[in-house]
Amino acid sequence: MNHLPILSLLVFTPWIGALVLGTLRKLSPGTARWLGLLFSLSTLALGFVALSSFSAANPGMQLVEDLPWITALNVHYRLGLDGLSLVLVLLTGLIAPMALLASWRVERSPRQFNALFLVLQGAALGVFLALNFVHWFVFWELSLIPAFFLLKIWGGPGAARAAYQFVIYTIGGSAFMLLGFAALYAATGSFDFQVLATMAADGSLTTKLAGLGHFWPQAIFLGVLLGLAVKVPLYPFHTWLPPAYAEAPTGLSMFLTGVMSKMGVHGFLRILWPIFPAQLHAAATPLLWLALGGVVLGAFAALRQTDMKRMVAYSSINHLSYCLLALFALAAGSTSPTAGIEAVSAFNGIALQMFNHGLSAAALFFCVGVLEDRSGGKRSLADFGGVRTAMPVFAGLCGIALFSSLGLPGLNGFVGEFLLFRGIFGLTPWAAAIATLGLLATALFLLTFWQRVFHGPQGSGVAKFRDLSGWEIVTLVPAIALMFVLGVYPQLLVQLFNPLFTAWSAHLP
Amino acid sequence: MTITAQSLWLIPALPLLAAGIGALTPRNGRGLASGAAIGAMILSFIVSCLALSTALADPAAHLAYNFSWFDLGTSTLRLGFLLDPLTAFMCVMVTFVGTLIFVFSLGYMKEDANFKQFFCFLSLFAAAMLGLLVANSLLLLFICWELVGLASYLLIGFWFHKPSAAAAAKKAFITTRIGDLGLLLGLLWLYHSTGSSLFFDGGNGCLESGMISSLVGQSVCGGLALSTAIGLLIFCGAVGKSGQFPLHVWLPDAMEGPTPVSALIHAATMVAAGVFLVARVYPLMEADKVLAAVPVHALTVVAFIGAITALMGALIACAQNDIKRVLAFSTVSQLGYMMLALGVGSWTAAIFHLLTHAFFKALLFLGAGSVIHAAHHEQDIRSLGGLSRKMKVTFITFSIGTMALVGVPFLFSGGWSKEAILHAAHGWPTSPIPFFAALAGVVLTAFYNTRLVSETFFGKPRSHASEHAHENPAVMTVPLVILAACAMLLSLLAWPTPWLQHQLEPTALLEEEGGATLLLISVLLIAIGAGVSWFFYGRKLRLTAEAADPLQSAAPGVFAALANRLGFDELYAATVGQLNTAVAIVADVFDRYILDGAIRLLAGLGEMTGMVNRSVDEDGLNGGFDTVSESLRGTGFRYSHAQTGRPQGYLRTIAVAFTVLVLLFLLGGSR
Repeated sequence: MNHLPILSLLVFTPWIGALVLGTLRKLSPGTARWLGLLFSLSTLALGFVALSSFSAANPGMQLVEDLPWITALNVHYRLGLDGLSLVLVLLTGLIAPMALLASWRVERSPRQFNALFLVLQGAALGVFLALNFVHWFVFWELSLIPAFFLLKIWGGPGAARAAYQFVIYTIGGSAFMLLGFAALYAATGSFDFQVLATMAADGSLTTKLAGLGHFWPQAIFLGVLLGLAVKVPLYPFHTWLPPAYAEAPTGLSMFLTGVMSKMGVHGFLRILWPIFPAQLHAAATPLLWLALGGVVLGAFAALRQTDMKRMVAYSSINHLSYCLLALFALAAGSTSPTAGIEAVSAFNGIALQMFNHGLSAAALFFCVGVLEDRSGGKRSLADFGGVRTAMPVFAGLCGIALFSSLGLPGLNGFVGEFLLFRGIFGLTPWAAAIATLGLLATALFLLTFWQRVFHGPQGSGVAKFRDLSGWEIVTLVPAIALMFVLGVYPQLLVQLFNPLFTAWSAHLP
Repeated sequence: MTITAQSLWLIPALPLLAAGIGALTPRNGRGLASGAAIGAMILSFIVSCLALSTALADPAAHLAYNFSWFDLGTSTLRLGFLLDPLTAFMCVMVTFVGTLIFVFSLGYMKEDANFKQFFCFLSLFAAAMLGLLVANSLLLLFICWELVGLASYLLIGFWFHKPSAAAAAKKAFITTRIGDLGLLLGLLWLYHSTGSSLFFDGGNGCLESGMISSLVGQSVCGGLALSTAIGLLIFCGAVGKSGQFPLHVWLPDAMEGPTPVSALIHAATMVAAGVFLVARVYPLMEADKVLAAVPVHALTVVAFIGAITALMGALIACAQNDIKRVLAFSTVSQLGYMMLALGVGSWTAAIFHLLTHAFFKALLFLGAGSVIHAAHHEQDIRSLGGLSRKMKVTFITFSIGTMALVGVPFLFSGGWSKEAILHAAHGWPTSPIPFFAALAGVVLTAFYNTRLVSETFFGKPRSHASEHAHENPAVMTVPLVILAACAMLLSLLAWPTPWLQHQLEPTALLEEEGGATLLLISVLLIAIGAGVSWFFYGRKLRLTAEAADPLQSAAPGVFAALANRLGFDELYAATVGQLNTAVAIVADVFDRYILDGAIRLLAGLGEMTGMVNRSVDEDGLNGGFDTVSESLRGTGFRYSHAQTGRPQGYLRTIAVAFTVLVLLFLLGGSR
C-alpha cells in the first residue's frame, strides 16, 4: 500500500472520536457536542479527499486496501471504493453531521450520545466500503449496538420495546445470512465478495454449491436475502421499522432513515445481485410482488398514520421499495434483448433514489422534530394546524423537503424516480403500472400532512411557536440547497456512478 | 429581428428569476417583488413576439435546440427547446394575458399581507407554464407540467387559513395527478419504444414520421396500435389538467384561489395546457387514422370526451349561483369544445379557440374579480344586482366578454373560433353526436350567460355590499379595457380572411362550403338560448336575494341535480374515496396486528427457548454485556432480567451456530 489509507481513515476516524469522547469523562457538554460534530464531519472531508483521487471512468474498485487478516480462514481485510459506495459515503458525510446538529439540544449526556453516534457512523461506513464478508458482517452487526442504546435511552416513551424489536428482528435476519455465508465459505473457501462474484459470473459457483446438495443453493440465497430484506426493509419484514423510527430521538431517526436503510439496499447491490444472479432471477416474480407491496401498501399505510414520525417511516418503506422493485425488475427482465439501456436507467435510478431519499427523509424527520420541540413533544397530525402563519420560514423549507419526497420535478426526488420508473417500465411494464398507485398515495398522504399541520385554523398554542432559529436553518439549508441543485443538475452525482452501472449493464447475468 | 430556438430559454427564465427575487425579498418588499414579476413578464412578452416573428417566417419549420441533461449509459439523456408557430402563439398569449393579470393583481391584492408571496408564486407559475410551451421533449414538458401543478396548488391554497381553500388545493393537486400518472406511463412507454423523449431531433424525434410510422406499425393488447395506446395515456394527463370529464371535479373548487389566479391559471393558461399537449403530440394522436381495423382511434376518444365535457359543463353552469363557479363550469365546457375540435381533426380550430378563449375568459374572470372586489367579496349573484350603473366599465367589458363566450359572430372573437369548431364537428364522418352536443352547448351557453349578466348587473342591489359597490381604480379597469379590445380585435385574425389558419397550418385551409348556413343556425340557437333565459330571468328581475330561482321553480329536480354538479363529487367520495380509505385501513391493520402479531408469536417462542437456556447463559456472555449496561443504568433505566437475556442469547446462539457450522463444513470439505 503506497498511498494514504483513506478508506480506513474514513471508517475509523469516527471511532477514534468515539473513543476520545468515551474516555474523556470530564468533558463539558458543549465541548462534547463540538468534538462530536468535528469527528462526524471528518467523513465529509475525507469523502472529498477520496473523491479527488477517484476516477469515475474506472468501473473497478479503487483506493483498495488489502491486508491479510485471519490467514487460517483466508480472510483479508479489504476495503474498496466504487461509484456506488462513494455516493453512500458522501451521503453519510452529509447526514451524520446534520443529525448531530439536530441533536444539539439533547440534554441527557451529550458526550455518551455523540460517542455512540460516532460508533454508528463508523460502522455504516465500514459496511459501505468492506469487500470481505467477515468484516462487512462485523460492521453490519456492530451498527446495531449503538443504535440500540441511542434508541432505548434517548428515545420516546415506547422506545424500550421498539429498541428490542429492532435489534432482535435485525439480528434474527442476520443470523440466517451468517449461516448462508458460512455455507458459501465451506463450498468455495472464500469470503471475498469480488472472488465470489467472479465465481458466480463464470459459473463455477453453481458447480461448487451443487456439490453441497440440492437444497443448499436455494437455502443460502434465502438466508442472505432474509438478512438484507429485514434491513431495507422489504415488505413484509418491515414491522420493526415504524416503531423504531417513531420512538428514536430526532437525530437517530434521521441517521436510521438517511444512512442505515441504505445499508440494506447497498447489500442487495453488492452481494445478492453479483453473487446470486440465477437464484434472484428465479425468485424475481414473487420478490417483485413483495416490493410492490412495499410501494403500494407502504404508502397506503402511511395514509392512516396520525403519528407524523410513523408516517415518514412508512414513506421510507415506500421509497426504498422502489429501489428493490427496480432491482427485482432487473433480475426478472435481464434476459430481454433491450435490457441494456433499461438496466442503466434502473441502476442509476437506484443510486440516485438512495441519495435523494436520504436527503428528503432526513429533512422531513428533522422538520417533525422541530414540531415536537415547539409543541412540547406532540407529534400527532391532530395537534397542529395553521403552523404556516406562525412559522413561515419553517413552512417554506419543510414544504420543499415534502415536495422533494413527493417526487416533484425540479427537485432531486424526481430524477431518481423517473429513472427507476423508466427502467422498471422497460423491464416489467406491469409492475411500473401498479407502482404508480404508490406515487398517488404518496402525494395524498404528504399533502394531507401538509394540509393538517400547516394550513387551516391555528391549533392550540400554535400562535406562540417560534420560527426556525439560525442554528436550525444551518442544519436544514444544506440539504434543501442540494435538493434544488440535484433536481436541476443531477449530472453532479450521476457522473460518479454512471460508468460503473454502464459496465454492470453491459454484462447482465 | 429573429431569435434562435437556443435563446428560447429566456422566455421561462425571466419569470423564474423574478420568482427567485420574490422568494428572497423580505416580507415588506412589495414593490420589488411585484415590479420584478411584471418587468419579467413584459420582457418575456417582447422575446415571445420576436419568437413569433421568427416562427412565422417559415411556419412549417420546427426549429429545435437540444442539449444533454445528464449521462445515461453510453449516451446522454437530452432535453430541448422548440420554436414553431404553436409555441410562439401560445407564448405571446400567456405573456400578454399574464402581464395584464399581474397588473390587475396590483390592485386586487393590495391589502393582502402576503402580497409579495403572491407575486412570487405567480412568477413561478408563469415560468413553469412558459417552460411547458417551449419544451421540445415530452420529459421536459412533463417536468414543467408538474411545476405548473405545484404553482396552481400554492395559489389555490393561497388563503390557506381557510379550510375550504386548503382542501380545494389538495383536491386539485391529487385529481390532476391521477391524470398525470397516465401521462407519466405514456411518457415512459414512448421513451421506451422510440428511445427518445425529444419531439424533433433531425428525424429521430418521437413526433417525426419515422418514429410515428414505427409506432403505428406495432400493436398492443386488444389490437390497439401502439401509437393509440400511448396517445390515450398522454391524453389522460390532458383530461386531468384541462378539467375534462371525468376528472373535471377539481376545477370549480379551484375558484377558492384569489380571482386573478382563477383568471390566469384556471381559465386562460394552465387549464389550456391539456389542449396544448394534445395539439403538441398531434402527429402521434392522429397517426392511427391510417389504420381501419382497430377497435378505436385515439382522436375518437378525444372527440367524445370533449363533447361530453362541453355539454355537461354548460348544463351545470346554468344552475350555479356563485359568479366564479358559473365561469368555472363555462371554462370546463369551453375546454371541452377545444378537445372536441382536436378530436374531430381540426387542429387549427382548437388552437384558435384556445387563443380567443384565453382573452375573453381572462376578461370575464377579471370582470368578476372587479365585481367581487367592489362588493367586498360577495360572490353570490343572487345577492348582487344593479351593478350596471355603479360599475360602468366593468359592466361593458364584462358584457363584451360574455358575448365572445356565447359566440356572437362578426364582432366578437369567440364567435369565429366557435364557428370553426362547429364546422369541423359537422364534417366529422365518424359520428354526428359531437356536432349535436356542440349545438346544444351553444344554446346552453347563451342561456347561462344571459342569466349571469342579468342577475349580476341588472335589477336592484340586493345586499348591503352591492348597494355600496363602486367602480375600481384604473389599475384594475385598464386591463379590463385592453382585454375587451382584444376579445373583439382578435376576430380580425379570422375575418375577413382566415389569416391565423394560414399561419398555424399552412397546408390546411378552412373549408368554406356550408359555412353560411351553419353560421345562421348558430345565430338562431344563440337567440333561442338568450331568449329563454330572458323569459326566466330578464322579464321579471329578481327582487330579493332569497327569492327562488325561476328555473328552480319551473323544474326543481333538474335544477337541484345541476346545482349539485350532477353529483360527481358525492359519487367519487362514495367510490374512489371509500376504496382509498379501505385500502389504507387494510394496509395499516395488516401491519399492526397480523404481521406484528406473527412476529410477536415468533418472539414468544424465542423467549420460551431463552427461559430454558437462561440458567446456562447467566454466567457466560451476560457478564460482559451487563458491564456496558451497568454504566448506563445511572440514567434511570431498569432492565428486567428476561429482557436483557434476549439479545445476548441471540448473539450467543449465532456465534455458537456459526462456529459449529464452519467447523462442520471445514471437516466436510477436507474429506
